Amino acid sequence: GLGAIAVAGGARAQDALVPNSFEDITTYNNFYEFGTGKTDPVQNASAMVVDPWTVTIDGMVDNPGEYALADLLDGLETEERIYRFRCVEAWSMVVPWNGVELADILDKVGVQDGAQYVAFETVVQPENMPGVRRNVIDFPYVEGLRLEEARHPLTMMATGIYGEPMPKQNGAPMRLVVPWKYGFKSIKSIVRITLTDTQPPTTWNNINAREYGFYSNVNPTVDHPRWSQATERLIGGGLFSSRQDTLMFNGYEEEVASLYEGMDLTANY
Amino acid sequence: MTLPARINGWVRVVPAWPIYILAVVNLLWEFWLALNGLRQYAVEPINVLERQYGEIALIMLIAGLFITPIRNWTGVNLVKYRRAIGLSAFLFVLAHFLVFAVLDVQSVSRVVTEVIKRPYVTVGFAAFVLLIPLAVTSNNRSIRKLGPVRWRKLHMLTYPIVVLSGLHYIWLVKGWPIEPFAYMAVILALLFVRIKWTGIRDYLAKRDASASS
Repeated sequence: GLGAIAVAGGARAQDALVPNSFEDITTYNNFYEFGTGKTDPVQNASAMVVDPWTVTIDGMVDNPGEYALADLLDGLETEERIYRFRCVEAWSMVVPWNGVELADILDKVGVQDGAQYVAFETVVQPENMPGVRRNVIDFPYVEGLRLEEARHPLTMMATGIYGEPMPKQNGAPMRLVVPWKYGFKSIKSIVRITLTDTQPPTTWNNINAREYGFYSNVNPTVDHPRWSQATERLIGGGLFSSRQDTLMFNGYEEEVASLYEGMDLTANY
Repeated sequence: MTLPARINGWVRVVPAWPIYILAVVNLLWEFWLALNGLRQYAVEPINVLERQYGEIALIMLIAGLFITPIRNWTGVNLVKYRRAIGLSAFLFVLAHFLVFAVLDVQSVSRVVTEVIKRPYVTVGFAAFVLLIPLAVTSNNRSIRKLGPVRWRKLHMLTYPIVVLSGLHYIWLVKGWPIEPFAYMAVILALLFVRIKWTGIRDYLAKRDASASS
């Protein structure tokens, strides 16, 4: 089934991947709800309340409702996936995620005919989130995928890292992981999933459409207007670490290129 | 004795050279922390060091702009320290550029591409280049050689330099973090208080007078 393809496909792309340390992954984050600095999330996220956690599922689904997280995940197969994670800011890390395929969740809630997009929304807890109180960007943070992207076997809903429950600064208790897209597409701390037939608004696209497209696939040949995307620095290599070439679709070209067949990736960046 | 007079008394005895020592020690200290991956340098030392040097440089540039209004408003005269502050700012700008070129971008051709293609790098680089003649002429011999009028005119480049530096920071960030906008607000305020309103008023009056005659 889809899982088998994912494991085989994933394994190829993961051949030489050495995960970053738990410390690297959990102390260098972008999570603007807690501030714009890389260490703000680890310093401020402990105040976020993640239990109990309810995910609202609505729109074009057979079984809409407010799901307790445990109920939503109940019966779904959890696996570890070691993925490259490439930030739009031209740094990257390698993360051993734990979680389920998003497709399994979508199957569980029953996607109706005609649905073409999946929209996601991050929790807003102003009292616990200094970045929200300061309005550093518009909140709630929202993201979206085309349904085929959401159903792709590489796309997962992660609930942990290194076998530990998802740290708050990384998007506890459940976040999206789309390894062939820039990191900001992998929305954190999800409280709403909406199936829709129209392209949903997405946060960075709203802020600056020229810089952040709806697709935001990792692509070394399409630069960010303010910096090059041709190379990246794998974090954790110290003060003299070299840049490395960025791979098309972050190294998952074989698995996902067919999703974009015939599309002009310069226009649909 | 009034407080400003007392501070001016201290200024007479406290020399400027410790500023150079502090700047160099601070620069090396941050480098050492980054080299050993300590504190905020634990995960991504290159980017963090680059930003740290850049931010210190910006703060020093802004500090230099405070000297004149402080003197005008309080009578406290810190002008003796301005050269050390300015040269220290240049030292951090240089370090910032070197971390960018050598440790971050890592190739001459890519540095050239970045400077040409990325507006925020272009303005930052322009500020760096404009600072060079100021650093080179920050000594008594140059003041004598240029004469105080030409020297002062040349050093008015500080104003565009600090605006370019503030712009460089704003242009780099994503979203609306406070810091770059706060720095820019301070920079603009410091330039605003320098505008010679009476001069403008006199100029306009003279122009009106000549237009009506």
